Order: sequence, then C-alpha cells, then structure tokens
Amino acid sequence: MGRFILQRLLQAIPVLLVVITATFFLVRAAPGGPFSAEKAVPPEVLKALEERYQLNQPVLNQYFSYLGDLAHGDLGPSFRFPGRSVNEMIFAGLPTTAELGLYALLISMLLGTTAGVVAALKPNTAQDYIPMSTAMIGICLPSFLLGPLLMLVFGIWLEWVPVSGWGNIPGDKILPALTLASGYTAYVARLSRGGMLEVMSQDYIRTARAKGLPEWVVVIKHGLRGGLIPVVAFAGPAFAGLLSGSFVVETIFQIPGLGRFYVQAAFNRDYTMIMGTTVFFAALIILFNLLSDILAVWLNPKLRQQYSSHSG
Amino acid sequence: MSTDATLANITDAEQGSSLWKDAWHRLRKNKMAVGGLFVLMLMCIAALLTPWLAPYSYEEQNLILGAAPPSAQHWLGTDTLGRDLLTRLLYGGRISLAVGFIATAVALLIGVLYGTVAGYFGGRIDAVMMRLVDILYALPFMIFIILLMVIFGRNILLLFLAIGAVEWLTMARIVRGQVQTLRQQEFVEAAVSLGLSQWTIISRHLIPNTLGPVIVYTTLTIPSVMLFEAFLSFLGLGIQPPQSSWGLLISYGVETMEEYPWLLIFPGLALSITLFALNFLGDGLRDALDPRTSKD
Amino acid sequence: MQLVIKRTRRKQRTPVRSDRRRGLKLTSVLLCYLLSLLGLTACGDNENNVVSGNRQQILHWGNGTEPQELDPHIVTGVPEHHIITALLEGLVLKDPQTLEPIPGVAERWVISDDGLVYTFHLRDNARWSNGDPVTAEDFVWSWWRALQPALGNQYAYMYYAIKNAEAYAQGKIKDFDQVGAVALDERTLQVTLANPTPYFLQLLDHYSMFPVHRPTIEKFGEPAERGTRWTRAGNFVGNGAFVLKLWSLNKVVIVEKNSGYWDSDNVKLNSIYFYPTENVSTEERMFRAGQLHVTGSIPADKIAVYKKERPEDLRIAPYLGTYFYRFNTTVPHLSDPRVRRALAMTINRKQIVERVTKGGQLPAYTYTPPDTLGYTARDGFSFDPEAARALLAEAGYPDGDGFPQTEILYNTSEGHRKLAVAIQQMWKKNLNIDVILNNQDWKVYLDNVDNGHYQIARAGWIGDYVDPNTFLDMWVSNGGNNRTGWANSDYDTLVLKQSPTAPSRDARYQAFKEAEATLLAEMPILPIYFYTRNNLVRPSVKGMPANLLDYTLYKNIYLQAALPEQVE
Repeated sequence: MGRFILQRLLQAIPVLLVVITATFFLVRAAPGGPFSAEKAVPPEVLKALEERYQLNQPVLNQYFSYLGDLAHGDLGPSFRFPGRSVNEMIFAGLPTTAELGLYALLISMLLGTTAGVVAALKPNTAQDYIPMSTAMIGICLPSFLLGPLLMLVFGIWLEWVPVSGWGNIPGDKILPALTLASGYTAYVARLSRGGMLEVMSQDYIRTARAKGLPEWVVVIKHGLRGGLIPVVAFAGPAFAGLLSGSFVVETIFQIPGLGRFYVQAAFNRDYTMIMGTTVFFAALIILFNLLSDILAVWLNPKLRQQYSSHSG
Repeated sequence: MSTDATLANITDAEQGSSLWKDAWHRLRKNKMAVGGLFVLMLMCIAALLTPWLAPYSYEEQNLILGAAPPSAQHWLGTDTLGRDLLTRLLYGGRISLAVGFIATAVALLIGVLYGTVAGYFGGRIDAVMMRLVDILYALPFMIFIILLMVIFGRNILLLFLAIGAVEWLTMARIVRGQVQTLRQQEFVEAAVSLGLSQWTIISRHLIPNTLGPVIVYTTLTIPSVMLFEAFLSFLGLGIQPPQSSWGLLISYGVETMEEYPWLLIFPGLALSITLFALNFLGDGLRDALDPRTSKD
Repeated sequence: MQLVIKRTRRKQRTPVRSDRRRGLKLTSVLLCYLLSLLGLTACGDNENNVVSGNRQQILHWGNGTEPQELDPHIVTGVPEHHIITALLEGLVLKDPQTLEPIPGVAERWVISDDGLVYTFHLRDNARWSNGDPVTAEDFVWSWWRALQPALGNQYAYMYYAIKNAEAYAQGKIKDFDQVGAVALDERTLQVTLANPTPYFLQLLDHYSMFPVHRPTIEKFGEPAERGTRWTRAGNFVGNGAFVLKLWSLNKVVIVEKNSGYWDSDNVKLNSIYFYPTENVSTEERMFRAGQLHVTGSIPADKIAVYKKERPEDLRIAPYLGTYFYRFNTTVPHLSDPRVRRALAMTINRKQIVERVTKGGQLPAYTYTPPDTLGYTARDGFSFDPEAARALLAEAGYPDGDGFPQTEILYNTSEGHRKLAVAIQQMWKKNLNIDVILNNQDWKVYLDNVDNGHYQIARAGWIGDYVDPNTFLDMWVSNGGNNRTGWANSDYDTLVLKQSPTAPSRDARYQAFKEAEATLLAEMPILPIYFYTRNNLVRPSVKGMPANLLDYTLYKNIYLQAALPEQVE
C-alpha cells in the first residue's frame, strides 16, 4: 500500500508539469491582455507595465523563469491586484473555500447516503420514490437558482439568516453550504442507491441473510461497504469539484473564496493568478483522486489483497 | 452458487439479443419508467414540430406589452421584451434537448470505453490513462473554451463537443472503479480461463455489468449538461440571442423571480419534468438491464 | 462551539477496531459538525447592520468590486475611487451639491488673469495621519511620482493640463524642474498650465492628483515601485477624513474616523464598511435584508418595484455619461455616413429608455450629455424611419435589399443583451435588415474593438470631469479611445486648436458645438441614451446629495434613523 501511494505521488509530478505547461501557453494565447481596458492605455504606460511583469520577454523565457520561481514556491505577483502576491491571495481564499466545501461535502454525504440507502432497501415503493424525488429536486434547482431562492425565503421573508457574507454576521454560512450541497446530495443519493441495489443482490448478501442476521446488520455490515464504492469513487472528485466549483455559490453569496478569485482571474486575464490557482487546484484534484482510490482499495477486500501482496 | 452465476452470465451474454428483449419486457412492466419514456418522447416530438406548433415567432417583440402574465393570447405570458414565452420555451427545448442528449452521448461513449479499458488492464496502462484524466480535470476550463471559440468560431457543434469533452471524465472514473471491482469476480476469471478474447470479455461481460451505475450517472449528466450550456451561453460562449435554451431562460428568470415569477416557473417546470422523466426511465432501465433482479 | 466538539471527540477516541463501531463513530462526528454548523442559527437573532450602524454612525456601503489597490497613482476604477477619497484629500474638494470647487488641503488659491498660473495656499493644520504636516513639497513629490513611467499610472493624462507634464510622462523631457509645479515655500504651491484650462480645479479632486506620504512609500520600497505594502492597513498613512483600519481581501474594507484630520470636528461618521458586491441581485437583497445603507446599483427590473413600494429608498440621478454604439468606419458598407445615419434614425430611443432600460435614462440625440457645465449641443438627428429608409435606398439598399450581414458586438451583460435584441428588432422592422448579435467575454470584446475586429460595437463613456472636452477630445483622428477609424481634420482643428485657445467660454463652447455637429453629421458613433445613476440609499443616510459625477464627500454624511427603522 505504501508503495502504491508513493508511486502515485511520483506520477503526480509529470501530471502537474503538463498542466502547468498547457495552462501557461493557453492563457497567453487567449485574446485580451491583462492590461486592456475600456479607456485606452497610453503606449508608454503599457510598455512600463509589460516590463514590470516581464511580458516583454520571449514567451519561452517567461515560461522557464516561471518554472524557476515555482520551484521555490513563488507563484509571482498578481497582475490585477498590484499589491498582492498570488501566494498571499491563495492562502487568503483557501480556508474559506475549504470550510465551505467541507460543510457541503458533509451535508451531501450524510443526506445523500441516507436517502440512497433507505430508497434501495425497498426499491420501487414509496420508500424509494419519496427520498429519491426529493433528492432529484436538488439537481433540478441549480445553485444559481437555489441560492437566490433560499436567500429570498430564509433571508428576506423569514429573516432567519443573513443573505450574504462569510463570517461577517452569525449564521451567514448556512445558506451557502446548503446551496452548494444540494446538487451533490442528489448525486450521492443516486449513486448510493444504485450501488446498494447492486450489492444487495450479490451472493454474499444472500448468504448473510441466510445465516439469519437481522436485516439492518446485513445492510450496515455487509451492504454499505460494497454499496458505497461508487460514492467513494465519486467523493474525491466531488470534493475537488466542490472546491473548484464553488465559484457560483461564492459569487452569489459574496464569499471571499478561492473559486471567486479563480473566475475573476480568468475574466481579468490575470495570468499569474490563473496559473497559481490552476496549479493549486490541480494538485488538490490529484490528491483527492488519490485519496478516493486509496479508500476504494481499502473498502474492497480483494483489491486490498492484491495491493498488499504487490508491496510484499 | 457462484458457478451458477458464472454460467448464467455467460449464457446471458452469448444470447445478447434475448438480454435486450428481456430487458424491454421488464421495462414495460415498470409503470413509472413507461411514463417517463412517454413524456420524453412527447418532448422530443414537440421539439421536432416546434416550427409548426409555436404560436408566434421566437424573436417577435412587443415592447409596449413588456412582461405580461399568462393570458388567452400568450398562454405562458411574455418576457420583458414582450416575446411569447411558450414559443421561446418550445424553441429553447430544441436546443436544450439536443445539447443534453448529444453531449451526454459523447461523454458516455468516451467515458465508458476509456474507463473500462483503464480498469480492465490496470497497472501501467491504467496509471497513464488515469493521469491523463487528472490533467484534463485540472485545466482551466473557461479559458480553454474561450480559446476554442476564438480558434474555431462560435459553433453549436463545438458546444456539444466541449461539454461532452468535460463530462466524460467523471464517467470514466466511475466506470473504472466499477470495472476494477468486477474484474476480481469469478465470472471474469472464468471467462478468461475459458479463453475468451479480451475484447469479448470487455464488451460482453464488463460493460453490461457497469450499466447500472452508468445509467444512473447518465441520467444525472443530462441535466448538468443542460445547465452547463446555460452557463456557457450566459458567458457568451454558447448560443447567441435571440435564440435561447431552457437553462438560459431559467437564469434570466431568476433575476426577475419576484416581479415576473412566470418567467422562472415555466422554464423551471419544463426542465424539471424532463429530468424527472429521465430519472424514472433511467431507474427502470437500470433495473430492467440487471440480469440478477429478474431472478429475485 | 466547533472547538469544543473537536476536543471532546479527541477525548472519546478509544482504540476500537470494529468496522461497525468505526462507521457509527464517523456518523456521529459528522452529525456533530452539522449541528455545530446549524447551531449558528441560534445566535442569528441580532439587529441588522443598518440598525446598529445608525446607532453607532457606521455606514455600510456596497462598493461593486474588490479594489485593485489603494494607491491613488495606480488604480483606475470607481470602487477604488470611493475608498481612496475617504483616505486621501487633494488641494480642493467639490461641493457635493453644486460640484463647485471648495477648499481642501488648500485653504485658498489665486488664479492669474491669463488663467495659466494657479497659486495654492495650503492650510497650516493639514496633517498626515501620523502627525506630519502636509506641505507643498509633498504635492510636488507626489506628482513627480505619479508621472514616473515605471509606476504604470493609467491616469497620468490627468496631469497633461500642467505645463510640460505630457512631455515628461512620455520621456521627452528628463528634468522634472521644467514641469509647471513648484513649491514656493512650505505652504505655497505654484502650478503653471500649458493652456488655460477652465476645468483644472476639478481635476485636482481626482485621486490621480492626490498627495501621498513620501516617508511611508520610501519605507516600503522604491518611489515608483508598483504594489509595495504601503497601502496595507497598519502601513497606510493618509491625509483624508478617514484612516484605513482593515482590508480583508474580497470581504470588506473598513475605514475609521481620522482624529488628526484638519476638519475632524465636522466628520460625523465613525466608520465606513466597503463591501465588494459584484452580484447586483445579491446586493439588492443585502440592502433589503438591512445589511447595506447604500448600494452601487440596482437591477433594472427592480426599479419599478421600488418606485411603487419603497420610493424613499430609490435614487435616480442624472449621470455624466453616454451609452452608444461605435461603427467601424473601415467596413465597406458602414463607411457610408448615409448608412450610419439611417441606422441611427431608426432606433426608437424613447421606447428603449421607457421599456428596456427603465431607469429614467434620457434618449440621446447628441453625444455630450445636455447641460454639461452649461454646454448643450444641438440634436444631430431624430427618430425618423421614413427618412432613414430613403437614406438607405440612396446608399444602394432599397428596403434593405442586399444589405450585407452586420453584427453587433457587445460584452456579456443582461442589460447590453436586452438593448441589442431590441435594436436588432427595430432595424428589422424599420429598415428590413438583419443583424446578428455577438456577445463576448469582456477582455475578448476589448481586444476585438481595439483591433477593429467588429462592425458595430456597444460602448459607454463616463466623463472624467464636467466639461465637454472629456467627451469630444476622444474622437480626434487616431485618438486612443476613438477606435472607429473615423478621422476628420476640421474636427481635429476645432477640438485641439480652437477650443483650448478660445478667448471666452462662449467662443470655446461654440467651437465644441461645431465639432459636435460635424461628429453627428458623419456619425461614426450612434448615441443611444444618457446614463442615470440608479442606486438604493436608506432614508437614514443624510448629507449625501445626488450629483452628476456620483461624487461623495464623506465628511458631510451622517446617519439619522427615522422612527420606523429604529423599531425594525
């Protein structure tokens, strides 16, 4: 197992390098520079700016000097926010986004698996349809619709919680976490229902039942482990997705998170900031995919055997 | 017991046609699924016949009228530029359904094949293939789409491809996870020992057995594709006004949900009904295609 | 509360190997987290920002976007302007009611008879927030800094009225002593202009001409270095009515009353919170939920609702700006002025402002907004589909026959979209021509307009100061903001030669009027409407009159709740 993890971590290096290289040249190829503005920028000012950010040098030089800085952990200065370094901005936004993503993941896992398992126990009955239809509503209500709707109902009509912000006013974290969780809850519910149905018809479950174990023991002890594999495979990308995809929620609720920075950077052609967030998200995605693979191996006895015999 | 299952699997696979026939037979017995299928077919027919069904032209404005609630002339009301909402909903449906189905089909095709191959062969092949998925996951997607649009111009086909190209990644990961598990099971080992070719094992034994999660995920992908299209169009990267889609109608409707609720409710209903229909059909299909459920 | 849960969890941890126990444990931990998350609701019963702000004289301000920087010589945007004018003060201020210059750091000034030499006498109680006096030398040094090319100051052109400033900024002169800004003594500043510039005093209240504190800047880096840490809370030394207290990225900027400010006795607010509110719909909901006193804007569809239900919160004020379309005059069929005029004459602007933009905007038949410091141009055209069809026929497209495919380019925004769709339909109806719409991401749009890769493109222009010059000097041949390919030597002479040297204001305006008549006859641009500034302001916000420039003098503002709001 240790070797498996080490191997995957080593593989991450070329992956990151490809991502960095592709992104570096992609953003520079996109039309519109970081300093274009509605009011024309005088040529002497533009020249000074390009010199300041080394944009006047050949692209390859820029690329290698970027790699050099990156090796020292320096992601460079932001083009859009002259007084901020990309490192500073990422570390300013990350805790917020991570906290939001974590709440959303917990909510969606808890609600989703519960709904999915309950539904799978009695498929095609009311016990199936009601939780699953409720979960479906989560998908039908995309966050750009659900967010404003929740704000309107709970923030303005009922006045229970603030309509926006993050950590400014008590209770302002509730609506964003719920909004972000809703779509994923439905996914988790669907996946866990599917997985459970799959597993509950397996032979070893029948064996367990034949042994006369109570149904809930069968479900929890034998069913969940196999049935939740699709959910686990989904959880890694889901958390990465929650982090990198939280920008809609962050924009709607004016949350100072990384997702919002990322989208702003893309719109502003803030080259270094796009690079920085991309590298960061890439590392995160790789890490979470790895974690979910490890979990999948751990949950699957046969795969576990295979890997432990490999590592001797 | 396990040998029985193995044999059952092999016989099933070798009589492929009867598998589908059985499935269709089982599907027909599932009322919810048949209902879903019916609704979807209705939607598709409406989309095909839109030019003849629509009461108005989709770009015809009436600024004096502005946003009006449903009435005898305009069954679903009009939008802020005084355009007939029913007409726009019908035309929007054509685009949304097309994007939803085509892009998902692209994602399905690539994702299932890719995931199966990676999961089946494992080892180095799997590592390389999945690292490629990691790379694609990590690329800044918006910049990527902007570039595509700039290089190839705005093109609806490109939109399908671009969306499909993103959505297959998760599909591939899910299928791969599934196949990895399946590969360890006796029936695959049995098939290998019977000397079946790898392609036969993949296409006859592995892919059919991943269909459950795949169908479930597909029914989830279609709505997210439709909404994704709305997001891209909203950014100016998808379809251009005066054309519209359900996703776009909803995102505009959200802005005025307090003043003109019908502009949100009707597009929302259209999308929701389609999604529920898809969902019930998907569940029905999943159950119908699962050879084990039938024997219970 | 979360901390407590974490601690108890750690205590409970005992080495139990059973999978089931582990599963249950995990579930219980998850539950605890969720409860702690939801537990926050219990304490959510506080009074809202507006009520508590009214009591404590704290103003909550919706500020559009996150400020790029707080360095007055680097930034370019309105949100930055709102914060910087609270932190720094120039030689003069403006009366928020009349926009006439009033004393700022300079307590009085003398203008020479030829209008070229301005002598400013600085007040002796003007202080930096660290206690240093504000001197004439501070201004000279700050202006020197603002003109350093390495700083990348995009507003350096605001200085070009000053003698030799333009040449210095462009590197044609190396010696700053030749630039017309001299400190005669510690409290006297003499400024010499290149030409008489009637609006020069207005420019002094633009943040690009604000003074900065030299020792602070030099402490954190080179004078002309971009983005040093001198603008951070704790480092920033200013001379305005407020000092920087907190700058939390994308969350809030807080400024507090500066007790060392020369006029601090008259400053009533204790603090201002500036929130980056990019999403206008959310901003409006924040306002309704009592989280904001003032918003940056209001969604167009909400205006009617507020007019009906809460008119006291709605503020609609004329704004010094024009919404227009550019024609690319190098495109063959758009190079014909008759075609351009025909297109202009078939847009029903009255319908557009009443039915589409709905914010009290004025239909535009000239480019410069009416009554810009007493200047009103003659209407250059009218809504006349009949005559437009005749013009189009004359140009070779009777009833739109054979009119090449034409595209309107605009940047992604709901407002631009609606307007473009409406115009598309009007041209279809009145001229029987088909145009297609193309919306693009902001930077792509800028790139295309800059490089002339467009046919018709949406645009807007907000005046930098109240004078027709800020509108008309952009259309001179090859002007940086022209971008239409249009060039007319008569126009250039009127704007660049005749108006600056005109002996009287009437003569100057006459030259402008002739220039604008030429512009509208040739029509490289298609004016659509004059902007209004629409936003929401709580009735408890006093001392903040609306004006053409959206100019705010924070030291005049105070909060006084009407009774119902206090009960609320």
